[in-house]
Amino acid sequence: MSLTALSIADLQEKLRAGELSPLEALNSLEDRIAQVDSRIGGYLWRDFEVAKKFAAEADVSLPLGGVPIAIKDAINVQGEPSMSASKILKGYISPYDATVIARLRAAGAIPFGRTNMDEFAMGSSTENSAFQKTFNPWDISRIPGGSSGGSAAVVAADEAFAALGSDTGGSIRQPAALCGCVGFKPSYGRVSRFGLIAFASSLDQIGPITKTVRDSALVMNAIAGKDAHDSTSLDEPVPDFTAQLGQDLKGVRLGMPREYFIDGIEPNVDAAIRTAIKHYESLGAEIVEVSLPHTEHAVGVYYIIATAEASANLARFDGVRYGHRAQAPNLIEQYGRTREEGFGPEVKRRIILGTYVLSSGYRDAYYLQAQKVRTLIRRDFTEAFKTVDAIICPTTAEVAFKVGERSDDPLKMYLADIFTIAANLAGICGISLPCGFANVDGKQLPIGLQLLGKPFEEAELLKIAHAYEQSTSWHQSRAMA
Amino acid sequence: MNAAFDVRYTAQLARLNLSEEEIVKFQAQLSHVLKYVEKLKEVDITGVEPTAHTSPIYNVFRADEPRQWLDAEQALANAPRQANQLFIVPKVIE
Repeated sequence: MSLTALSIADLQEKLRAGELSPLEALNSLEDRIAQVDSRIGGYLWRDFEVAKKFAAEADVSLPLGGVPIAIKDAINVQGEPSMSASKILKGYISPYDATVIARLRAAGAIPFGRTNMDEFAMGSSTENSAFQKTFNPWDISRIPGGSSGGSAAVVAADEAFAALGSDTGGSIRQPAALCGCVGFKPSYGRVSRFGLIAFASSLDQIGPITKTVRDSALVMNAIAGKDAHDSTSLDEPVPDFTAQLGQDLKGVRLGMPREYFIDGIEPNVDAAIRTAIKHYESLGAEIVEVSLPHTEHAVGVYYIIATAEASANLARFDGVRYGHRAQAPNLIEQYGRTREEGFGPEVKRRIILGTYVLSSGYRDAYYLQAQKVRTLIRRDFTEAFKTVDAIICPTTAEVAFKVGERSDDPLKMYLADIFTIAANLAGICGISLPCGFANVDGKQLPIGLQLLGKPFEEAELLKIAHAYEQSTSWHQSRAMA
Repeated sequence: MNAAFDVRYTAQLARLNLSEEEIVKFQAQLSHVLKYVEKLKEVDITGVEPTAHTSPIYNVFRADEPRQWLDAEQALANAPRQANQLFIVPKVIE
């Protein structure tokens, strides 16, 4: 087994025992990336020279001391290109650290490279990156999911010990599921969004993609908490997210939402999820059926609210202060051409849709209606959480699809997120963890189990996920062993 | 309803130039998406308040004190054109 296949927790054990130095860990990562990333395409950029300077001085007694962490290209890191995989930000070098990066550094972690993603996090396959494709380490003819596809792929391919992603409608959980990783989306307001290149501000959250549940808890310990730079971050007490790991599931009630067990689920995914649910029963959890009656409207609500917010957020890309600028005789034409040349097709589509649903005469019919249905979707969860501690369901209806298979059918691509979107609309936390494999064309393709938890009860959700993970072996399989 | 959806006009509102080819393609693709979201109109939202965000917070105040942040040089470092500590853009007034 490659050294780089270690979890954060196992790496730290070696670092703290003095069996391995942070510099050696970084060197092994550099070698592994040189060996496999030409096939995976997970990294857009990396700089081991700067990282090695940090590694040489790392204090391994810190919470993440000496642990290298890969960063999604949407998150600003000072002195590094931060492009959100868009041509419009080509050449942009960030002058500041996002709050999550400052906090990772304070905890001793070392950012060293930037992972590929769908442009501005708009997509479910990472095929919308302006720069390169990323391939699924379990079968390189398939997509890694998205939009944090690079982060999931590099963790799955052991090209990273862990990574940060961002999740607006499933962009951490869905690629984690398709690549066989753990992906954790915190409750809205738990982690500062300051320095995250915004897609949809009322939905975006930064979170970890890791090899184990414990690793996600360790990263959460470093990044969570109120930040004066993000007024939507909440001043809630931050617990030790590892504190409840290992506790038993006696008295835990898990809800199976009737609306999530539908005909469109691939039989092998359905079977794996049902087996996982039985496994939870054997661990002492009680399984009850719940209803989330407005589920069928989640995708529609999402594509109105997310595009509306995106059309406003992306107005800042005008060629004036940073990024690409097109040549034009006047300022208005400079805006139009800069944006035409800088944005890719999916981003353009969403800007148009978002502009339309906010435009005079249509705002009430689309945007306001969607905001009201969003309230109903939130209430569904509030009701369900009166009787259960967490919701258990698939992360995706299918395993990873083939590269190119859906790139020209936006609606079909949007439906890849049907099980993950509602958590963002409701602001609750969610996790995807490996729960089996489908054998397709002679390849083992990962299946993800999703657990959704009450807002700000991440520690409880991590406990429930950890109990399953530690009594199964799915997370131990490596994609490119 | 979607008869009113006009990609060309909406793109102007968004200050986004599009090629003729893109206009035709996006018109078809987004009409398809809009038809899908029409389903939302069936939902009974009588008396339901809209959700703008999920945080139970409304106004956030802080002391109005100067803080250390980027200096002019850092703020201008990524500017496509700059001079005299200013961003330079094409002439706006004829």
